[in-house]
Amino acid sequence: MAEFTKPKSFQEIILRLQTYWASKGCAILQPYDMEVGAGTFHPATTLRALGSNAWAAAYVQPSRRPTDGRYGENPNRLQHYYQYQVLIKPSPPDLQALYLGSLEAIGIDMALHDIRFVEDDWESPTLGAWGLGWEVWCDGMEVSQFTYFQQVGGHDCRPVSGELTYGLERLAMYVLGIDHVMEMPFNDPQSPIPLSYGDVFRQTEEEYSRHNFDAADTEKLLRHFEDAERECQSILSHEAEDPKTGKRIVMAHPAYDQCIKASHIFNLLDARGVISVTERQAYIGRVRALAKLCADAFVQTEAGGFSAESAA
Amino acid sequence: MADLLIELFSEEIPARMQGRAAEDLKKLVTDGLVEAGLTYGGAAAFATPRRLCLTLTDLPAMSPDTREERKGPRTDAPETALEGFLRSTGLTKDQLEARDEKKGQAWYAVIAKKGRPAADIVAEVLERTIRNFPWPKSMRWGAGSLKWVRPLHSILCILSDEGGAEVVPLDIDGIAAGDTTQGHRFMAPGPFKVSSFDDYQAKLKKACVVLDPAERAETIWHDAEQAAFAAGFELVEDKGLLSEVAGLVEWPVVLMGDIGADFIDLPPEVLQTSMKEHQKFFSVKNPKTGRIEKFVTVANRETADDGATILAGNQKVLAARLSDAKFFWENDLRTVAQHGMTSMSESLTNVTFHRELGSQSERIDRIAALARRIAPMVGAEPDEAVLAAKVAKADLASEMVYEFPELQGIMGRYYAKRAGLSDAVADACRDHYSPLGPSDDVPTAPVSVAVALADKLDTLTGFWAIDEKPTGSKDPYALRRAALGVIRLVLANDLRLNLDPVFDMQLLRLKGAREAALPNDGVAMMIDEIADHGVFAAALETVLDAFKDRDGAEALAGLKTAVPDLSDDLLAFFHDRLKVHLRDEGIRHDVIDACLNMPGNDDLTLLVKRARALAAFLATEDGANLTQGFKRANNILTQAEEKDGVEYSFGADVKFAEAAEEKALFAALDSAAAPLKTAMEAEDFAGAMSVMADLRAPIDAFFEAVQINTENQIVRRNRLNLLARIRDICMSVADLTRIEGT
Repeated sequence: MAEFTKPKSFQEIILRLQTYWASKGCAILQPYDMEVGAGTFHPATTLRALGSNAWAAAYVQPSRRPTDGRYGENPNRLQHYYQYQVLIKPSPPDLQALYLGSLEAIGIDMALHDIRFVEDDWESPTLGAWGLGWEVWCDGMEVSQFTYFQQVGGHDCRPVSGELTYGLERLAMYVLGIDHVMEMPFNDPQSPIPLSYGDVFRQTEEEYSRHNFDAADTEKLLRHFEDAERECQSILSHEAEDPKTGKRIVMAHPAYDQCIKASHIFNLLDARGVISVTERQAYIGRVRALAKLCADAFVQTEAGGFSAESAA
Repeated sequence: MADLLIELFSEEIPARMQGRAAEDLKKLVTDGLVEAGLTYGGAAAFATPRRLCLTLTDLPAMSPDTREERKGPRTDAPETALEGFLRSTGLTKDQLEARDEKKGQAWYAVIAKKGRPAADIVAEVLERTIRNFPWPKSMRWGAGSLKWVRPLHSILCILSDEGGAEVVPLDIDGIAAGDTTQGHRFMAPGPFKVSSFDDYQAKLKKACVVLDPAERAETIWHDAEQAAFAAGFELVEDKGLLSEVAGLVEWPVVLMGDIGADFIDLPPEVLQTSMKEHQKFFSVKNPKTGRIEKFVTVANRETADDGATILAGNQKVLAARLSDAKFFWENDLRTVAQHGMTSMSESLTNVTFHRELGSQSERIDRIAALARRIAPMVGAEPDEAVLAAKVAKADLASEMVYEFPELQGIMGRYYAKRAGLSDAVADACRDHYSPLGPSDDVPTAPVSVAVALADKLDTLTGFWAIDEKPTGSKDPYALRRAALGVIRLVLANDLRLNLDPVFDMQLLRLKGAREAALPNDGVAMMIDEIADHGVFAAALETVLDAFKDRDGAEALAGLKTAVPDLSDDLLAFFHDRLKVHLRDEGIRHDVIDACLNMPGNDDLTLLVKRARALAAFLATEDGANLTQGFKRANNILTQAEEKDGVEYSFGADVKFAEAAEEKALFAALDSAAAPLKTAMEAEDFAGAMSVMADLRAPIDAFFEAVQINTENQIVRRNRLNLLARIRDICMSVADLTRIEGT
């Protein structure tokens, strides 16, 4: 039996997850440097789930959901929060056991808690992706999403990736026994300068809530959406062969950046309440079309399993 | 004889799929075995979150040998015919027998098949079953291509008898069948070997797995009731939740906790819904206060601290959930207390009901307009009905209903009360969705009835207008349910409501809003005309007259057939639903058809009254005989009319009557006329039919004694006209030509 030392802070939980998944052979990546709604949008998940190449990565991803902004007042709703994301392809047969090991690593004693895998089919209409899996419950609380990807960007996933997503604030609050996210210790409370989550993020939650709900310039955003959409399409309209280097360079990732951008702008517009129910579907469809184009492009790259021989 | 045990061990199977999957496993395997000639004694299937299990008893060691004879082509048939026969039997020519037939010779094939070992057949059938399993949704995993509901980890498949157990050799994409399984994920991990079903079930229990879902459900229910009872509380029954929870655990452990003083004042429906939907908790009621004050959660394990940590965790999650619910509840109450219910429904202008039918607000306006017209017919005060219709769907914009859509209506009632509206209006908020299911209670309070009818009728006319009718099994807008709801509302409340003008009015309202060419005042005028006089064609005439020199007259004229056609079609849909409804009551379809053909068939109460009276009448001897007499009269008359090219309908005169029976029939028809008229005017169909029953004897006697088609043309015509009187009388009650058999 492992020794269950309780972690003391938010960051310790992140560090323990990093150490755990590193020990299980995952590449520990860094957050993607763009605004995304969830860890799944990181190209290390969306694009790497495509094609035949094996993959194993884990990373923290700051995620933004403008509609969830509550000016830092709600005990657990934030417009900016962290997800911890693990993607392993092909999904190993002992993925459930590996996952449970990660809960032990952050101080959840399996002998005292009730862990349940409750049906939850995952679908991302904007990414044209779906998978089957569960929400994982610990004593009635959802602590993770566990998904076997079946399709991304309209492509069947072969082999299948196993994806784990931890909502870090919620999980940490549970493990640390904190009721309001802003009161959660960010670093060790015994540190010379102890910082709470609120010390780090209360002000930004206020600023972004005001911005997202009232100040974001919707006309500009609508234009940016169109720009990103056109840019994505234009990047992918280039020939695969780069005239300057003579190499085959399909620009899947730069195009995908524009898809991410369009998706985030859509979320902002949604938070501003300027998108009607019917338009909403149309916007989602436009982002999905971009995601599909990027997926089509990625499988034409080396990382996406393309090889000149197999294509010939 | 051997017993078969199969276990398919996987990652967690969704609770809602387990029961069906166990049944499918049983059916597919047993069907497959029987088809391959292998019999079995008993069969039972079980499911837990991680396994499907099937046990069959008394399988023979081998399937029996079989011998089949097949006749082929004649020996002198072309070579190609013989080749085809050889292909289909898999034999060569020298294996065929030539046998003498009546005419020449034919080839015969005798196909003898040896029986096969049970294990071979089981392996084959199980592989086919696994590869073609009808999961509602299945998936691939890892690098394989096998599909299962979640990753399949192991297959246990053994045939056992007194001599011991034998593994059925089977390998599906690298998963080899064996004789081991695993216990509870946390309490007893690790594999163990089993030798029979009994051994399997016993060892599973030792390994903290209750195999039988019924036993798990029973344990949960029993323990939860006990826990509640011991505290002086009552468990709130919920069969659906019980079966779901039984599918989430292999080793159920019941834990009861407190809801917390902060939340027990929330409406019980809110507590129950939040706990059930989010947490899968049972509600526990305090019989003294009538409130829900505790919950029961079912854990999947025992712990050293007797579940204290688990319960504390669950309680904390519940508190967070209920804080949200309380926040919504208090916000909603504040909104309606300060600004009233209509302020809540204002935001529904931005919510689309249906792309072609406009926003929720537009829909609510239409419903309110219709409710005003219906109100007097159901005994409701029109202004109150309009108010109720305006606020009945306001809660769709509330925070609580946004979070818990299933609380629509229920929250509306609370909020309407808080807004200071009358009980009648508040109840209409809750009850206007009813009846939903066929066993739901039907509202009876006038205001609720008015809004419930207006809501459903607006939905039906709306989707009819945009041609989104139900087809086959597809009924995405639940229009059949809406029509049945109207039927039940009308019948249960004994309402006199002509549907036709109501359809017309609502179709006009919708077209007026959607078709720009239609002048609004013209449409409004027409609706008023229909409300006053009930006749579409006359209303249109009046309005066209008024619009002679104005724009829009042409567009209005275009409604002439468009609206009545839709109304007729919708009424036919109602009649179909009514037939289904009355069939359950034991009323035959031909009886209903006989009544549908009568005037006023858009008045469902009248229609059903007539149908019930007719059904009762036909069940009597007089009724059956009279129908026969009617049919005889009608047949003779129809033939004569066809032959003579005239319609016999008037002018029968007793002075041309010859036979006594003929005179008696005149007398009987004369004396029936007045009471029949009285009864019909009073819509007393039973009374009218009993008057008709008195005609049975004179009609029978008349046919017995008198020949209609005599030489004397005056007498013949007179008799035919007399028959026409019989036809008229009978047809005034119902279209008896529709009655079958008798």
